[in-house]
Amino acid sequence: MNTQTADSGMRDTRLLQIVRKQRIQDFIFHKLTLSFSLIVLISLVGILISLAVAAWPTFQKFGVGFIWRVEWDIINEEFGAAIAIFGTLASATIAILIAMPLSFGIALFLTETCPTWLRRPLGTAIELLAAVPSIIYGMFGLFIFAPLFAEYGQPALQSTLGQMPLLGPLFGGAMNGIGIMAAGLILAFMILPFIAAVMRDVFEIVPSILRESAYGLGCTTWEVVRHIVLPYTQQGVIGGVMLGLGRALGETMAVTFVIGNSQRISASLFSPGSSIASTLANEFGEAADFHLSTLFALGLLLFLITFVVLACAKILIIRTERAKGLKT
Amino acid sequence: MDQNLYRKRILVNRIGITLSMFAMCLGLFVLLWILAVLFKNGFQALDLNLFTHSTPAPGSEGGGLANAIVGSLMLVGFATLVSTPIGILAGIYLAEFGDTSKTAEITRFMTDIMLSAPSIVLGLFVYAILVAQVKHFSGYAGTIALSLIAIPVVLRTTENMLRLVPGSLREAAFALGAPRWKVTTQVTLRAAKSGVITGVLLALARISGETAPLLFTALNNQFFSFNMNGPMSNLPVVIFQFAMSPYDNWVRLAWGGALLITLTVLVLNILARVFFREKITG
Repeated sequence: MNTQTADSGMRDTRLLQIVRKQRIQDFIFHKLTLSFSLIVLISLVGILISLAVAAWPTFQKFGVGFIWRVEWDIINEEFGAAIAIFGTLASATIAILIAMPLSFGIALFLTETCPTWLRRPLGTAIELLAAVPSIIYGMFGLFIFAPLFAEYGQPALQSTLGQMPLLGPLFGGAMNGIGIMAAGLILAFMILPFIAAVMRDVFEIVPSILRESAYGLGCTTWEVVRHIVLPYTQQGVIGGVMLGLGRALGETMAVTFVIGNSQRISASLFSPGSSIASTLANEFGEAADFHLSTLFALGLLLFLITFVVLACAKILIIRTERAKGLKT
Repeated sequence: MDQNLYRKRILVNRIGITLSMFAMCLGLFVLLWILAVLFKNGFQALDLNLFTHSTPAPGSEGGGLANAIVGSLMLVGFATLVSTPIGILAGIYLAEFGDTSKTAEITRFMTDIMLSAPSIVLGLFVYAILVAQVKHFSGYAGTIALSLIAIPVVLRTTENMLRLVPGSLREAAFALGAPRWKVTTQVTLRAAKSGVITGVLLALARISGETAPLLFTALNNQFFSFNMNGPMSNLPVVIFQFAMSPYDNWVRLAWGGALLITLTVLVLNILARVFFREKITG
């Protein structure tokens, strides 16, 4: 009797010891994984702080006006971000205008009309378009696309859109192939897979009862997509487009190859320009002191712009997916 | 019955569907076009010298990309070694402890932004905190920049894969009295193994072709070097410099390097998909 209680007492203490040990192990495990996940947050804050510190001399000299100063004179150290911001926004806008309808078409095809057995290989092919490194797009754009664009694309654009009253000047000027327009076109195909992937995902969360009811009423495929699927997934679709926009704004290598790298703003989209990222890639190697600080200022601006765009995109996509109860 | 209305609706539908097929064809066409160009120009440069000789001096004949290939392998290898454990552990936190905590929610959001953040800015960041402090470019700096790009990819894939593991599996392990860390590392993580490998492969594919951040960190090196503490040659930056150069020989080598990188990236992507599909069916 006595030995029995002693026995169970001993077993209890041993069990307690094990439980305590496991508690501590679990606690450590929890904190360990937590600290690793904090690395992402810390690096994000670190990026902001380090860029701001390095960019400080520039903002001290030019103030906030740095953002809209149209000037890039390395010799006299007179800098402004407007030229690079203009190039970035212009090329990204062209890219979005082209990529948006194309990726909508691809998403529509893959979710509605494509035979099931073809869906996976075709979907993979489009995703591979996103996997091709951006420097390859750059080489392709410079060596293959730009000469063809100069010979066929630009004359065609100039003789059609270039003749219209308001749009005319946009398509004027010399036709070299490289320039803001070429950068936008190459960017369009780089961001297309990202937009198409988001659109596909959100199209698929439309409850099939909605879709089938519409088909049951006699709607055509186009009408189902236009009046049922699209309104239901509106926010997600906009989120996908903004995600693409975020990508296009920060894309470096492909743009550096084809944008022409000239520090000026001109009315024609055919003329060479420069984006924030291409300026960084081109000038960073030779920059020193104050010039370096301006490049950091440009980097900070780029990071802030893309951060806002991507954050909006993410919020819109999350909202759409929550509507279905699919939390990501 | 208004026949015209029907005819119009059918016509609109046909136009819409045709345009969507056209978009699909255009996407496929561009992919095939890029691949065709790469193969045509890349194979001309592809010979044994490419793998055995170092990058040539400006204007000289011959040479290869051996130093760049080795440099790229080292940078990407080290970056994978750094980013895999960090990404997986952080992914575990988000999937296993992240349902109720605010920190996890913010981290998840920020990771998604980091996934698409411009890689050139990450390069600037590493330049500011490391290169500018020690005053020289180095392979280590390149590794850190690449890791920062890879971590979000591994993290998010790990989290998603862990979430696919059925709750009953976890509960069964808990019922046997296993502590949480054992359940996670020996039951959940094992069940999601192939998915996690997918994430690592995708991250590898992503960083193999990254150029922009390496411009400010690893820079380039004309010679063979295993010294991670000095400037390091790597394929993307060599391609960038050679493709923009006026020398035919350099441009030819750039195409060769471009073909190598693209093939690597595409094979990694397809491998990742095969791994993932096995998980779903098996």
